[in-house]
Amino acid sequence: MNSNYVVQVQADDFDIAAEYQWLRQNNNHSGAFVHFIGQVRDLNLGEAVQNLHLEHYPGMTEKVLEKIMAEAQSRWQLDCIKIIHRYGDLSISDQIVFIGIGSKHRDHAFDACRFIIDLLKTQAPFWKKETTPQGANWLDAQSSDRNQAQTWLGSDD
Amino acid sequence: MINILYFARYRELLQQDKEQLSLSDIPCADGNSTNVADLLKLLQTRGALWSELLGDKNCLVAVNQAMRPLDHEIVDGDEVAFFPPVTGG
Repeated sequence: MNSNYVVQVQADDFDIAAEYQWLRQNNNHSGAFVHFIGQVRDLNLGEAVQNLHLEHYPGMTEKVLEKIMAEAQSRWQLDCIKIIHRYGDLSISDQIVFIGIGSKHRDHAFDACRFIIDLLKTQAPFWKKETTPQGANWLDAQSSDRNQAQTWLGSDD
Repeated sequence: MINILYFARYRELLQQDKEQLSLSDIPCADGNSTNVADLLKLLQTRGALWSELLGDKNCLVAVNQAMRPLDHEIVDGDEVAFFPPVTGG
């Protein structure tokens, strides 16, 4: 994996300012940078979330994220990409996922970022278990996420 | 040997995160090579819960850490994982 295109799967939190500097280092080519950050929400389907446990499949998570990243590189001109996804026990407003992209073209950066999060949500082997006052339950995958991913994959799925 | 992994709700309900099976323990439909469907059929004979979870059409399968369809061949040394639809991001 080229060092300008990095996937990290980790328990530790990340620092967006540091990640932005990473995207900018040795990189005068990119005219545009786009970031996506996902955090743990306080409410899901109307219930108060107390905390979130993220299970994952070590090894496969990295492989899948790298494959998605490579697909993004083949579709758009991207100078640098960092994908970070956490696992383990998280609290409300904790950061879960970071996608950072640098490109010469802002439309490439925006589209690639959307593409990566849309595909990640239906392909990367992570599973969320929420604890609410009513107890703990595994979240269900959403058909809206499947439909969104399908818009990128089209007929060659 | 085949390494079998279970994740998330399946792991919790089946009370098992991993196990090993010998390839020769898996009856194969065509008498020649073994595939994911053959393994699933065997696992489902363990009982109603196994049948309900692993027989669900939404059950996902990965072989050597890549998603595969039910007709994908399994060979000695493979890692096969069963899990529900993913919810990351």
